[in-house]
Amino acid sequence: MKDTPATDAMALDAPDTSILSDTAFLNDLRRQMVKFATLQLSNSHAAEDAVQEALIGALKNARSFAGRAALKTWVFAILRNKIADVLRQKQRMVDASSLLREDEEAEDFFELFDRKGFWQADEKPATWGNPQNALHQNQFWKVFEACLEGLPGNQARVFMMKEFIELETAEICATVGITTTNLNVMLHRSRLRLRECLENTWFLKGEHA
Amino acid sequence: MMNCKQATKLISESQERSLSLAEKVNLKVHVMMCSGCKNFSLQVPFLSQAMKAYAKGFDEHHDTQDK
Repeated sequence: MKDTPATDAMALDAPDTSILSDTAFLNDLRRQMVKFATLQLSNSHAAEDAVQEALIGALKNARSFAGRAALKTWVFAILRNKIADVLRQKQRMVDASSLLREDEEAEDFFELFDRKGFWQADEKPATWGNPQNALHQNQFWKVFEACLEGLPGNQARVFMMKEFIELETAEICATVGITTTNLNVMLHRSRLRLRECLENTWFLKGEHA
Repeated sequence: MMNCKQATKLISESQERSLSLAEKVNLKVHVMMCSGCKNFSLQVPFLSQAMKAYAKGFDEHHDTQDK
């Protein structure tokens, strides 16, 4: 599509159907959905199925959406519900081998805290000022996404279940097959890691301010 | 007195459950004296807020920035 004033005007007049013919947008959306679903379900077939169902369900109603952002919001809302359904049906998704890796992840703590459990001098969280401003910056979301992807698989999964899909803690524990204590430890670690990543790659870098 | 590892654990858990009165008091005392944990206590709710904004579809922000 050529980027001329004429096509821009047309896009504004007919936002509904133009979304469905924008294959670049749809492919991009689908890729993001698969990435998200795969992270949650750790099974690429189940992820593809969930994405497919969510897309079909959403695109049926695409005409009622005002634009790409609205469609994307709706599609992800459907996908989150699909994933929650799949997770509820699954009993234990963390197997023995992935629990073993949790022990290795415990080493994180020794890098952050000294032997008495106080912050190492260079690991102490800094002040972020008004972090809410970052939410309106394009580049911040790329950094945020990269930091999320940097979390170890199990931490990322439970963190996303809690904060993205917004499942109750009891539900997460039952689904993953872990105790509340385990869950709290994993969430604690993922928050420590995520905030460290955001601080180092965003909040302590002044260029965007 | 509580150390930073324990304080950040409670700060994290406060997102999942209500802390007991004793936990709240101990945490408050620690946070008053520890800038690192004070910053952490402000960052944890922000992570949650950012995740919700992310879940809501960050393209809304992209669109206002790009166009």
